[in-house]
Amino acid sequence: MDALEQLMQAFGNTGGDRAVLADSSTAHLVADGHTILSSRAIEGVEVEAQETPSGISATVRVRQGVRLTNPVHLCFGVLHKKGTQNISMDVRLEKNASVSFIAHCIFPDAEQVIHTMDAVIAIEDGAEMHYSETHFHGLHGGVEAIPKAVVSVGKNGGYLGEFTLVTGRVGRLAIDYDVEAQENAVVELTARVFGHGNDTIQIKEKVVLAGENARGLIKTRVAVEDEASAEITGITEGNAAGARGHVDCMEIVKDNGVASAIPIVRVTNSLAKVTHEAAIGSVDKRQMETLMLHGLTPEEAVDVIVKGILR
Amino acid sequence: MPLLEIKGVSFQVGAAKILDDLCLSVEEAEVHALLGTNGTGKSTLAYLIAGCEGYRPTAGSILFDGRAIHTSKIHERAQLGITMAWQEPVRFEGISVAQYLTLKNRALDPAPYLEMAGLQPARYLTRMVDRSLSGGERKRIELASILALRPRLAIFDEPDSGIDMLSLRDIINVINACKENGSAVLLITHREEIALIADRASQICRGGIVCSGSPEKVAAYYKSRQCLTCDTEGCADGRP
Repeated sequence: MDALEQLMQAFGNTGGDRAVLADSSTAHLVADGHTILSSRAIEGVEVEAQETPSGISATVRVRQGVRLTNPVHLCFGVLHKKGTQNISMDVRLEKNASVSFIAHCIFPDAEQVIHTMDAVIAIEDGAEMHYSETHFHGLHGGVEAIPKAVVSVGKNGGYLGEFTLVTGRVGRLAIDYDVEAQENAVVELTARVFGHGNDTIQIKEKVVLAGENARGLIKTRVAVEDEASAEITGITEGNAAGARGHVDCMEIVKDNGVASAIPIVRVTNSLAKVTHEAAIGSVDKRQMETLMLHGLTPEEAVDVIVKGILR
Repeated sequence: MPLLEIKGVSFQVGAAKILDDLCLSVEEAEVHALLGTNGTGKSTLAYLIAGCEGYRPTAGSILFDGRAIHTSKIHERAQLGITMAWQEPVRFEGISVAQYLTLKNRALDPAPYLEMAGLQPARYLTRMVDRSLSGGERKRIELASILALRPRLAIFDEPDSGIDMLSLRDIINVINACKENGSAVLLITHREEIALIADRASQICRGGIVCSGSPEKVAAYYKSRQCLTCDTEGCADGRP
């Protein structure tokens, strides 16, 4: 089985649709380590990718007014037990463009793999981008994943970012996202992570509401069990009139897990408003009792609640 | 033998006596209304029967089908067929209405139960049981879920709270459907018009039963001797 087939098999196992590679109307980029296995650009979308000594450097341009119905698929992985993959992404959505990205980062057999992502995303006025990233790090806890993104969202633009790592081990995860939203822009960042063993989860997400009436939501859902730990920092700044932001963090702790949440809200304009809420601890007692009254065992009830918040 | 038998149950928190030597029985497939004003111990009794954490009788016993259950855990009691709909049902992230109604039986078709609770399945099955639902919608979903469980004993704690007057018929439908399914119902309410749908009723005041019998009799007694006056005039039934 060649590398592409192996990666696609793993892609399928993590919920990806393998048929997208054959679809000529869908743009994609697939890379194993620092080898590009497949890529396709479509009309209105330029995808340029280059192999670098330690990874991939890619540029994606979505032309002005192009509104794609099919998502752009990205699949990055390391199939070997050891390796390094540094991804550098430069994404630009020109004015009034609209596109969804579905990204999978797959390290099925990783024992000692480092994966970094440095993304610069520019969303011009009126453009909208939905970026959904799902990770699978295998069962050994041998991945160190460090995704970083700096996102600028223009006037009337939108950015919805979702990060999911709920199957298998995490290893070490250190997310660092920084988003700035201009007038009337809408930003939503959602992260869902389940840590086991001695996994370490660090999530730092920052939304700066720089323009009037910009809106931002940082939503984090994390569960840790065994000896896993999580530190979640959600930062929102309201710097313009009418800006509205909210930081919403929920963490469930089982066994000897450790979780912390650091919501930082900062307002520099008296007409802006930023709120936060954080709930950390064991599973909610009333939720547990409700599910047990429906006939579930305590173990089944915990499972349903944890899966629910991570869904 | 009654399905549920509460024998001289007391429950105390610190120095405060919430329930005091309370006796009550519920027969198989019977709708029994427990009528009482706020703060008389209705919900506490429900939590004691269901086995909620922190709710164990300080005296007396609770028998279900002749078996003492007051030391059993909540899920053990649920497995015997006891369930409860809270006065204010909790919300769940990431759990759809369809999943919620089929937690214990994945093969179940949840649609008819939603319809009985006055909700259109097409509009609700894929919605989440989270904060996007109004209080009334959440309440109806809880009632539908209890109906779907087909328990031996369903405890409804103030099922009408948060639901508009026009929707009372749906609540009554659910309670009647429970009975038709063979479930006994302990219907906790402070409204005598709700109690009137029951087969039997009891009035609770200051942690004890002060009147039992037909719903009409108990409702009339309740109306004439509202325990709202107890605080200022002492309990009309002489309870301490």
